[in-house]
Amino acid sequence: MTLDLPLVFAALMGAAVLAYVVLDGYDLGVGMLMPAASESEQDVMVASIGPFWDANETWLVLGVGLLLVAFPAAHGLVLTALYLPVTVMLVGLMLRGVAFELRVKAEGWHRELWNWLFWFGSFVTAAAQGLMLAAYITGFAPGAGYFLFGLIVAGGVCGGYVLLGATWLIWRTEGALRDKAVGWTRWGLAWVALGIALVSVATPLASATVRGKWFDFPRTLGLMLLPLACAAIWLWIWRLTTRLRRGGAVRDWQPFAGAVAIYALAFAGLAYSLFPYVVMDRMTIWQAAAHPSSLKVVLAAALLVLPFIIGYTAYSYRVFRGKARAGLYH
Amino acid sequence: MDSALATSEALLLARAQFGLNISFHILFPALTIALAWVLVFFRARHLRTGDSAWLEAYRLWAKVFALSFAMGVVSGVVMSFQFGTNWPGFMNRVGNIAGPLLAFEVLTAFFLEATFLGVMLFGMNRVPGWAHLASTVLVAAGTTLSAFWILALNSWMQTPAGHVPAPDGQIVAGDWWAVIFNPSFPYRFTHMMLASALTAAFFLAGLSAWRLLKAASDALALRTLRVGVAIAAVAAPLQAVVGDLHGLNTLEHQPAKIAAMEAIWESGRGVPLVLFALPNEAERRNDYAISIPKGASWILRHEADAELKGLDAFGAEAPPVAPVFIAFRVMVGMGALMIALAWYGAWRLRAGALPPRWLLWAFAGFTFSGWIATLAGWMVTEIGRQPWLVTGILRTAEAAGPISGAQLGASLTGYALTYAVLLASYLVVLTHLAGKGAGAAATAAAARGASA
Repeated sequence: MTLDLPLVFAALMGAAVLAYVVLDGYDLGVGMLMPAASESEQDVMVASIGPFWDANETWLVLGVGLLLVAFPAAHGLVLTALYLPVTVMLVGLMLRGVAFELRVKAEGWHRELWNWLFWFGSFVTAAAQGLMLAAYITGFAPGAGYFLFGLIVAGGVCGGYVLLGATWLIWRTEGALRDKAVGWTRWGLAWVALGIALVSVATPLASATVRGKWFDFPRTLGLMLLPLACAAIWLWIWRLTTRLRRGGAVRDWQPFAGAVAIYALAFAGLAYSLFPYVVMDRMTIWQAAAHPSSLKVVLAAALLVLPFIIGYTAYSYRVFRGKARAGLYH
Repeated sequence: MDSALATSEALLLARAQFGLNISFHILFPALTIALAWVLVFFRARHLRTGDSAWLEAYRLWAKVFALSFAMGVVSGVVMSFQFGTNWPGFMNRVGNIAGPLLAFEVLTAFFLEATFLGVMLFGMNRVPGWAHLASTVLVAAGTTLSAFWILALNSWMQTPAGHVPAPDGQIVAGDWWAVIFNPSFPYRFTHMMLASALTAAFFLAGLSAWRLLKAASDALALRTLRVGVAIAAVAAPLQAVVGDLHGLNTLEHQPAKIAAMEAIWESGRGVPLVLFALPNEAERRNDYAISIPKGASWILRHEADAELKGLDAFGAEAPPVAPVFIAFRVMVGMGALMIALAWYGAWRLRAGALPPRWLLWAFAGFTFSGWIATLAGWMVTEIGRQPWLVTGILRTAEAAGPISGAQLGASLTGYALTYAVLLASYLVVLTHLAGKGAGAAATAAAARGASA
């Protein structure tokens, strides 16, 4: 049996993108929650993501890199079709990335400006990613209806990142900030419920391919496990927040783990909708695949290096375990 | 006619945008690659001697590093997308070579430096000293490794080797070893590493001198000034030698670039070395030229009557002359001044006494000299490769995408504004950090920590 290289790379790329949305998702979410916190709380929030954000963002570069390596024909097509939202996202990522440094080092009104740009960059990045996702699912179809669909998806992505950010703060902070984060988690949950519901209704409407894949009895019955599992986890997080409000005992990491699980399920649904296309309705992963010789060498490198990456990422999370405090900088 | 015009305008905008982005980006890796190793030195000295001044130096310069690194990361992420948005033809044609090289960079370098940067900046009180030193070493190794892969790709675009054409017209690797260690790579990599060493050295010396101008008693600033000048005094003359070897390598593999660098319009024997001139592309000659007879033949072939190919030998395959010629003179001129200043500075600082104020001003003025020389050097090598994107394989015009001029213009404006804001903020914070010095910064950090 020969190895189906395009399939392997589609899986690798999917894993990188999922890792990206979960990891950068929580730090973008924390960024979006900044205006809701006091100045000293903002310092703690930034301290909680400071050691991680750069590595989190690297998963995005890996995802794009794998698209480029494995599916070069799709890479140019996708990125030129998404030119404007990609540009907006990149400007957002730039502002936010340098704001980590500048909000600490600048003084006076400069510091205020960079605090604001930190929020703004996080929000713009998340919204642009939603627009990109919507355009990607619908095969870059033009028109006002599709733009409306894009706004719905953008809202859902923002809500999802807020949920990840809020549950991260429950895990990584304490005291009044953590109490606030419980409230934010509920807002995030409500937002995510609305977002996923709207996206689940709108996507089959926007794409005949997706409609065909999901509404095909009896397969539909089995597929319903995905939304059911999603709803169960959603309820579980909601109950955890209720217990937290009453001062009950909850493991700090549980709400975050729940949020990650919701993301993984939503991502699985999305992957199922798209497969086997790398450009919706136009190009399958086998049509877009690069030459086997370059796929083999990259796969060998990835298999060799990924265990190290996972190893030292785990080391970094171990070093920075526990509650974040402001003033840790340097 | 209209569409052809629009296309050439879009191509120009695509190049302007990519050029702007890559020029902005290179400033920061050029600094951080070597600065990371300087931090390793500071940290190791502290562990070995126990002298807390080294730790203070580490803390102050880690801040400069963190800020510069963040600037490099964010502009680098933009570049990873612009390969696709601006040059889809590049990936379609040579993606089987460029893709894996970029993937090796992400896998072996980006994750390494990004992860251990966290430990390096925030983990000093959480891990033992040796682990903190090791994290700093891994960050430095990551930045160097990153440069290794990206320069392997750039060098392959300059002097392609080890590739074979596939039946579908794409280019694939026949021998990865030959692809990576292509003819110009060892020279370009060494040249760039030394450029980074010089950029970091003059940054270190310049900002330390700036601090000493404000507070002459700052012993730490004097110490970092000496470190910077010492690195510069060694690296600057080495760079002259490596640059010369790199030039000879270019003469062998990209003679059209050399013809443009030296503004040699006609092939011949005993070609003069043009010191200064205004290359006149329309008339294909040099205006107001000052030249040394037979100088170019002597420098490039080490023989006064040797034959050199001029731009006439390459026809339409030759790069634009004026920008390459002028940028080359900026780079070499800057390099010569750097050697002179570094050696004189090293002489004056040898006993460890505070140098005269005018010398401090000179170093402060040369803070960004490495940036100027590096940018000029990249302009020489990149514009000098035109009209090719990959020499002999892919023309720049063939690689451009279907993005409209309007979209490109709008995003170019957006990028230009963003970069202007970022650079201004960077320079404000940098002068601020340097002006305050390490002692004040440490006190402020302690106060912030205590209040939280």
